Amino acid sequence: MFDIKDLYQEVIVDHNKNPRNFGKLEDATKTLEGFNPLCGDRLTLYIKTENDQIQDISFDGSGCAISVASASLMTDAMKGKSLEEAERLFDQFHNLITSDDELDLEQMGKLAALAGVREYPARVKCASLCWHTLHSVIEGDATPVSTE
Amino acid sequence: MNNSEKIIDAFPSSNDFDINKIRADFSILTETVKGNPLVYLDNAATSQKPTQVIEVLDQYYREYNSNIHRGVHSLSQKATDVYESARDKVKNFLNANSTKEIIFVRGATEGINLVAQSFGLSNISEGDEVIITEMEHHSNIVPWQMLCETTGATLKFIPINDAGELIMEEYAQLLSDKTKLVAVSHISNALGTINPIKTIIDKAHAVGAKVLIDGAQAVPHTRVDVQKLDCDFYVFSGHKLFGPTGIGVLYGKHALLESMPPYQGGGDMISMVTMEKTAYNALPHKFEAGTPHIAGVIGLGAAIDYVNAIDFDAAANYENELLDYALSKVDQVEGMNLVGTAKEKTSILSFTLDSIHPHDIGTILDDQGVAIRAGHHCAMPIMERFCIPATARASFAFYNTHAEVDALFDAINQCREVFG
Repeated sequence: MFDIKDLYQEVIVDHNKNPRNFGKLEDATKTLEGFNPLCGDRLTLYIKTENDQIQDISFDGSGCAISVASASLMTDAMKGKSLEEAERLFDQFHNLITSDDELDLEQMGKLAALAGVREYPARVKCASLCWHTLHSVIEGDATPVSTE
Repeated sequence: MNNSEKIIDAFPSSNDFDINKIRADFSILTETVKGNPLVYLDNAATSQKPTQVIEVLDQYYREYNSNIHRGVHSLSQKATDVYESARDKVKNFLNANSTKEIIFVRGATEGINLVAQSFGLSNISEGDEVIITEMEHHSNIVPWQMLCETTGATLKFIPINDAGELIMEEYAQLLSDKTKLVAVSHISNALGTINPIKTIIDKAHAVGAKVLIDGAQAVPHTRVDVQKLDCDFYVFSGHKLFGPTGIGVLYGKHALLESMPPYQGGGDMISMVTMEKTAYNALPHKFEAGTPHIAGVIGLGAAIDYVNAIDFDAAANYENELLDYALSKVDQVEGMNLVGTAKEKTSILSFTLDSIHPHDIGTILDDQGVAIRAGHHCAMPIMERFCIPATARASFAFYNTHAEVDALFDAINQCREVFG
């Protein structure tokens, strides 16, 4: 049976307690807010891109363990990626947390720690908030992202 | 041993309230969630429904489903009779003066919107003031903001102290001859605070203002006597009172309702329509346009029969015992912090736990079968007041048990374990 500790894996608990890439990025080229009105999760994503490549990325805000750990892991995974690669990862991550498909967890690296979210549909929005925000930044959207 | 047996309460109760008999009326309480017995502690969001209510709904649809107030056939007559007898039950439940003062609406929210649009637009204008409180549910904030935006009136609010109680001195300061309406919750959904509504009503009347009381959280826990309170409007929702969703009640004083224009136009609310002009129906029908939620009204009537049949005062005492028992356990949990510690408080336990986000608490509790609410409880200004994004909220009903309080605290300890 699925155990609650499969959702709150050590990686998640650790990234929630000590989020990586947390804080404002002073030389960000793009900034966008994401908001989950249901639970009040709120984050701001800071990105520095050059030649369609993510040079640096960070976030700040507050939210539940799933949303903070997801943003921490996502920003770690995005550094140095091209925008095209970032969009591909967005699709793969979406698949990771929502579909019933068999998964190649190795390919997802540390992001695989969030695979447990698929067992908790109510928490998908928490895990995907930062990703939707990133997706909007890449698409050039300037309006704050809401998961509702 | 099956799961339902596990949660039968062995705790001696200080009164004759028969909890096991009550629990047998709520078959949902024997359900399991993720392999554990359901521990339903989200009663402030919606209550469960006893068999007596479910059977009445079933019977209406199976045996006499038909429209009301218009058919000459027998089924329609029966549906009309049962529908109108439910109005009589509500009248007695609130101790209103007349069934003309009982308007069926979709819920407390619609009741407030009706008053804001009908009473508000015809009695409130630029320069006037509406007073609400810092602890209101969004349903008792937004309709007044909308009204003030339309009319140019000003919205003011009574602040709360750190315990989650209204600061009554500030209320006295806010009142003036500009005050046209005061809208206050009887009991706060996010904090559990029982407000001193009698004092609030009397002070408002002293300056000539009308008063609306949002009783959504109050009717399942306390007796309400609208004549004794002398409130001008009182609203509540059926689904928090062990009845169906989609049905609620607006009580209004007869003379006030008489003076107010209709809220919505349509069938049932007219006495005569020509292409040029319409004469409106008498109260209460003037405010009930269209085919109403007939099953909902009948179900609400059954829910009122149910609470009348149990010893309501004993039930309220029992809920207070549950709250005291839960409160006695709070100190034993490191990092558990209560939000809402009013002296006069009902069985709502709103809390934070270390830095663990309430949403995570909600998920971990659910894994143990414990259903609570996590979030801002549609009361974002309260969260802002206490500088927190959200709380976890356990809310008790008279069918909950001391064993379920234990299950809640076991699950809370599990949260601490998961987050190390």
